[in-house]
Amino acid sequence: MRQSWRKQRETLFLWICRGVTFLAIFILGILLFHILKEGANWLSFEFLTRFPSRFPAKAGIKSALFGSVWIISMTAMISIPLGVATAFYLEEYAPKRRLFRFLQVNISNLAGMPSIVYGLLGLAIFVRFFNLDRSLWAGSLTLGLLILPVIIISSQESIRAVPDSIRDAAFALGARPWQVILGQLLPAALPGIMTGIILALSRAIGETAPLIMVGALSYVAFVPEAPGDPFTVLPLQIFNWAGRPQVDFHGIAAAGIIVLLIVLFMMNFIAVMIRQRFQRYKM
Amino acid sequence: MKDDIKEKEVILKIENLSIAYGEKLAVSRVNLGFRKNQVTAVIGPSGCGKSTLLRAINRMNEFNPIVKTEGNISCRGQNIYGSKVDPTDIRRTIGMVFQKPNPFPKSIFNNIIWGPKINGFLKDPDQVVETALKRAALWDEVKERLHDSALDLSGGQQQRLCIARAIAMNPEIILMDEPCSALDPKSTAHIEDLITELRSNYTIIIVTHNMQQAARISDETAFFYEGRLIEFGVTKMIFTKPNHKQTEDYITGRFG
Amino acid sequence: MTKAKWIDKTLEGFLILCVSMTALTTLSVVLILGKESLSFFSHVSIVDFLFGTRWEPLLEPQSFGVLPLVCGTFLIVMGAMVIALPAGLLIAAYLNEFASNRFRSVVKPVLEILAGIPTVVYGYFALTFITPQLKTVFPEMQVFNAASGAIVVGIMILPMIASLCDDGFRAVSTTIRDGAYALGARPYEVMTQIILPSAKSRVAAAVILAMSRAIGETMAVTLAAGATPKMTLNPLESIQTMTAYIVQVSLGDTPAGGIEYQTVFAVAALLFVMTLTMNLIGNHFIYKGR
Repeated sequence: MRQSWRKQRETLFLWICRGVTFLAIFILGILLFHILKEGANWLSFEFLTRFPSRFPAKAGIKSALFGSVWIISMTAMISIPLGVATAFYLEEYAPKRRLFRFLQVNISNLAGMPSIVYGLLGLAIFVRFFNLDRSLWAGSLTLGLLILPVIIISSQESIRAVPDSIRDAAFALGARPWQVILGQLLPAALPGIMTGIILALSRAIGETAPLIMVGALSYVAFVPEAPGDPFTVLPLQIFNWAGRPQVDFHGIAAAGIIVLLIVLFMMNFIAVMIRQRFQRYKM
Repeated sequence: MKDDIKEKEVILKIENLSIAYGEKLAVSRVNLGFRKNQVTAVIGPSGCGKSTLLRAINRMNEFNPIVKTEGNISCRGQNIYGSKVDPTDIRRTIGMVFQKPNPFPKSIFNNIIWGPKINGFLKDPDQVVETALKRAALWDEVKERLHDSALDLSGGQQQRLCIARAIAMNPEIILMDEPCSALDPKSTAHIEDLITELRSNYTIIIVTHNMQQAARISDETAFFYEGRLIEFGVTKMIFTKPNHKQTEDYITGRFG
Repeated sequence: MTKAKWIDKTLEGFLILCVSMTALTTLSVVLILGKESLSFFSHVSIVDFLFGTRWEPLLEPQSFGVLPLVCGTFLIVMGAMVIALPAGLLIAAYLNEFASNRFRSVVKPVLEILAGIPTVVYGYFALTFITPQLKTVFPEMQVFNAASGAIVVGIMILPMIASLCDDGFRAVSTTIRDGAYALGARPYEVMTQIILPSAKSRVAAAVILAMSRAIGETMAVTLAAGATPKMTLNPLESIQTMTAYIVQVSLGDTPAGGIEYQTVFAVAALLFVMTLTMNLIGNHFIYKGR
């Protein structure tokens, strides 16, 4: 009796767990289906090559697409060297003392700081103090700081996964720390570091709030040509359309979301490929 | 003495047991019988399959999906690997003590009553705890602080608590997987005394890499090498007049 | 000094420079928020700000009680947690103790995708799907409402809770797990009575970090939950969160230096203090759980 009741309880528990897990998959399915349903009709090649317009039927995302490409390239150039270098310092140089603990705690807190606070930081420092105005510079520096902790933490994990024996072997051959880092550790940890970088950049592509703070525009009828130009990005364009009451604008917002999600899934796919193909040392 | 041992009933019987990790054979065609109320030691160099064998007895290998088990193990004639048998039921009658003490992060008291509680036969918790702790020779040391965390005990005390936890289930057989390997010599001596005492109530199978320990506490000894049972017999005989060269080499310390 | 040694020193110097950027970022945030808030508090008393129940900084007569924004944020966070915490725990439990490796390899990417979808997309989803669905159940509901925002924020933080709990459950050593199984425990008993209590500090960390994330969440609530600062616990009404207020002001043309402009920094400072505190506590729990 007692034993069968135990088994029944377990079966019940299992079904609840299973139900919730399937619900999560189901919600993702609904979300994707809803967006496809709303946006598919608005999607066309012209949608990618037209500038925004007051009329949904004539609107496109050319400026937003170019803006996103600009922003993400500049963000990458700013945050990758900074992030990877910081990770190497923390893992290989930093004396494991109070200072190290402080830096580490600080970085995890930065990783959890709301993105809108980064926006205010960018507004006060880059837009006003350095007088960069509403330029690509201001936007990409802000996003660069935002994803810096993400890159640092994932790079640290990849570096930590390289076995000590490699480090020891290199040092035993008389290599100096920089030779060990550039010659052994960086190549060994590179696949993991790259995976982390791509995931961090895909987060930056979807960010909206900090760019609103630094004054990215929502109506841009030109393609930015230099880092000093004003700009808009895909998620901002989507936000602008989604916030309007007319249903047609919701349709083009969904079409914009489809483009954004395709870009994101492609990046995720590349990250997974790198992780599976090249990663020798796993956490 | 020798005849005395042979007269005892065989309670647990292993027939033609083979265990593989994927492609790699860890235990190969083993036949072995364990006698009631007796300590049987399983010895052999590391990687010889002795822990794998032990975990097969209470079906703990099944958590690792790559492990494949063939052959039969029966307890009092009941096939442990029968298709209708729930491994959970097996584990209720065959207790186990692990290499490293693994008390739950609960109080001493709750560690001991947890097994009887979930299995639904806890009647008098205080009595269960007292009996189990007394049998495990831990009562006097902890009776004043039964509700303190088990993690505050020393390593040796923790291991005796784990033994008490197994005893509280009232098992017939207790499996011990190198129970002293993580302990200091003094705690080890303590546990060895305990094992000798427990023999009157339980059947004990102990895996150990410490040959002196096997010689001191066991009635019969099985020697394993590379997954095969090389020799099995009365401990005194194994340690004084082994039949096989490999056994002799191992117990005299020529390899292992 | 040899050349190799010289490169070493240069590289180390460069690395230290990079590391100091992270410290500098935190320092700048504190300085900027501190400075602007200080000048805000020279006009408005800090007590009126923290305990006032009317938030109308853009209309005459102005009133700077931040509690309606805090209340809106609280409503969203609590709603989101009610959805995400049990679901996240159950998913983590299932993945950990019951699911086959194959099932795990399907669910994990699904969670990663859910975690990677931009928040503006969730906002759109809330506005154009969840709200209309809710409206069929609660016809009197407003177009912008806390419930829709809370649900969508719940979906957003679900992957975070599930993966933090999953990590916590995995960190429980297998020897303890084995000990429980050896006593004849069933998997769900091991899960609920041994693993969950052992991982409780990591679960607490998951809760706190997820709440901090929900507090800072911006775009989804800006789109879905409305722009009406209000002291209400009714999820069917339109509210405004702290983050949504900051966005609202930034979208308008508020001149720098005015008191309206400074409210943004005061609200952000409060937001920063709240999330920082929670992150510190949460990360401490993770550290302690190791």
